Formats: sequence, structure tokens, C-alpha cells
Amino acid sequence: MDALQGSWSPWISGLLIGLMVPGLYLIVGRRFGISSSLRHIGAICAPNVKAEYIRMHNWRNHTWSLIFVGGVVIGSLVATQLFTADPLPVLPDEASSIGGVLRLAFGGLLVGFGTRYAGGCTSGHTISGISNLNPASMVATAAFFAGGLIATWGLTFLIF
Amino acid sequence: MEILEKLPTPGPKLRPWQYGAAFTFGVFFGAVLYKSEVIRWERIHAMFRFEELHMYIIIGMAIAVGIPSMWLIKRFEARTVTGDEVPIKDPPFQRGVIYGGLIFGIGWAITAACPGPIYAQIGSGAFPAVATLVGAVGGMFIYAALRPRLPH
Repeated sequence: MDALQGSWSPWISGLLIGLMVPGLYLIVGRRFGISSSLRHIGAICAPNVKAEYIRMHNWRNHTWSLIFVGGVVIGSLVATQLFTADPLPVLPDEASSIGGVLRLAFGGLLVGFGTRYAGGCTSGHTISGISNLNPASMVATAAFFAGGLIATWGLTFLIF
Repeated sequence: MEILEKLPTPGPKLRPWQYGAAFTFGVFFGAVLYKSEVIRWERIHAMFRFEELHMYIIIGMAIAVGIPSMWLIKRFEARTVTGDEVPIKDPPFQRGVIYGGLIFGIGWAITAACPGPIYAQIGSGAFPAVATLVGAVGGMFIYAALRPRLPH
């Protein structure tokens, strides 16, 4: 297990993430993507809201997606507990303050709204979509990145 | 219920063991997100500040593996292990790809998390990320409510 202890090479990690695309397609028969899980969670929490996007959405057809993101939580937990000597500073200390939590919640709103409006996130558009040479996913990826640059360089008061 | 049954599903009904496979892929993905430090805010900021190549290599390698894999799948008309057609199902172009994409990008820089890493941050014990997830589900509800009036 010693070889696993430190940070993994970005080359190997990227390769492993890339394998998720054919892996899920061929073995689970599903398209690699994460942000749709937000819709399923919403439909479970509030199935009777007026919005058709949720009311007409049968999350039971997508339980695989919820099981998949549950796996992501567990996988990260396992990595933290079993093969990490020094835990990563995942979030800055300020994120634990009330202001930090509110800032994360606000950023989260933008993440949830934006990914659903765009029809995918870094996994569904940037990785799955570009792997399929989907033009919309290339535009989406450019927009994701442009938004990140706008915030990082222009809206610095929002950044930790 | 009748209408719901007619709505499109993400693909053919799964065999029970495929749920186990989905979970295994999730665990694998979560572990890689942690060990590659994709879920670490400093890595995301360093990407947007052009300070290091780490994130660019990860995303670039993922695509460099994904493109030939998908080319092979299409070229040989590969089937899933259950013998079904591979459900490519790419999201189509609409204006939300640009507007939503920009908004998501701003949120990505603020929270240092795209949706996958939100789950992995929570799993790693970075509990403020629960606020990110609650916000993200809230943002999805706002989209659901505004959807009929947004340009698509």
C-alpha cells in the first residue's frame, strides 16, 4: 500500500478517470455524468413541486446514478482512511466559518443552476461529451473555464 | 404514473449486479478524485490562475483516453456486457450550454468543486462541502422553476 500513500500522478489519475467513460458505458450501460444526480436528489426531497422538470421526473429510473455518487462519497472516505498518511487540506480553514459556509452554499447554487442549465458538468460535458466529440460539450467546456476565469480574476471578493 | 412510464429512461433496465458495478465505479472515481487532489481547493485555484499544470494534465489525459475509447466503441459497434446498444446520449446544443456553463464556472471557482468532487469532498470529511451540496440542489430547484422562461 506504500505506493498509494502520496498524491497520485496526474497522468495516471487522468487515465483512470478517462476509463470511467467506456467502463460505465460498457459494463453498467450508462453514460458517465454526475450533475444529473442533483435532479434525482431534488425529485426525492420534493416530488410535488410545481416545476415540470422535477414533477415529471421519475428518479426511480435513475437509481444507478444515486448509487454511483454514493460510491464516490465512500471511495473518497476509503482513500482518506486506508491509504493516506497525511490527510489533504481539502478546503481552506475559512470554509468552516459561517461566512465560508454561506459562500460555499452560494457557489453551490451557481454550480447546481449552471450545470443543469448547461445539461452537464465537468464529467458529463468535458469528459464524456468531448470523448464523444460532441460540439455542444466543447462549447460548454469553454464556458465553464471562462466562468472560472471571470470569478478568479474579476470577482476576487468571492474567492477563498 | 402512466405518463411517467413513457418518459425516456437512461437506457435498458439494469441487472441487479450492474448496480454493484455502478457502486464500484463510484468508489473508484471517489478514490481517484481524492488521491489526485482534484478535490483540493488549492489545485482548482492554481488551475484558474495558470500556476500549475496538474489539473490540465488530469483533464487532458481523461479526454485523451476517452476519445480513442469511444472511437473504438463506435467503430466496432461494441455492445454493452448485457448485449444492448451503448447509450451515447450526449446533451444537445442550446443557449444554456453557454449561459449555464458560465454560471457553473463561476460557482466552480468559488466552491473549488464541480459536482463529482462535492461528493468526494464530503466523503473525505470536509463537511463544509455539505453546504455546497445543499446549495447545488437548491440551484437545481431554481433552474427547475425558471426553466420555462429561460432561453434554451
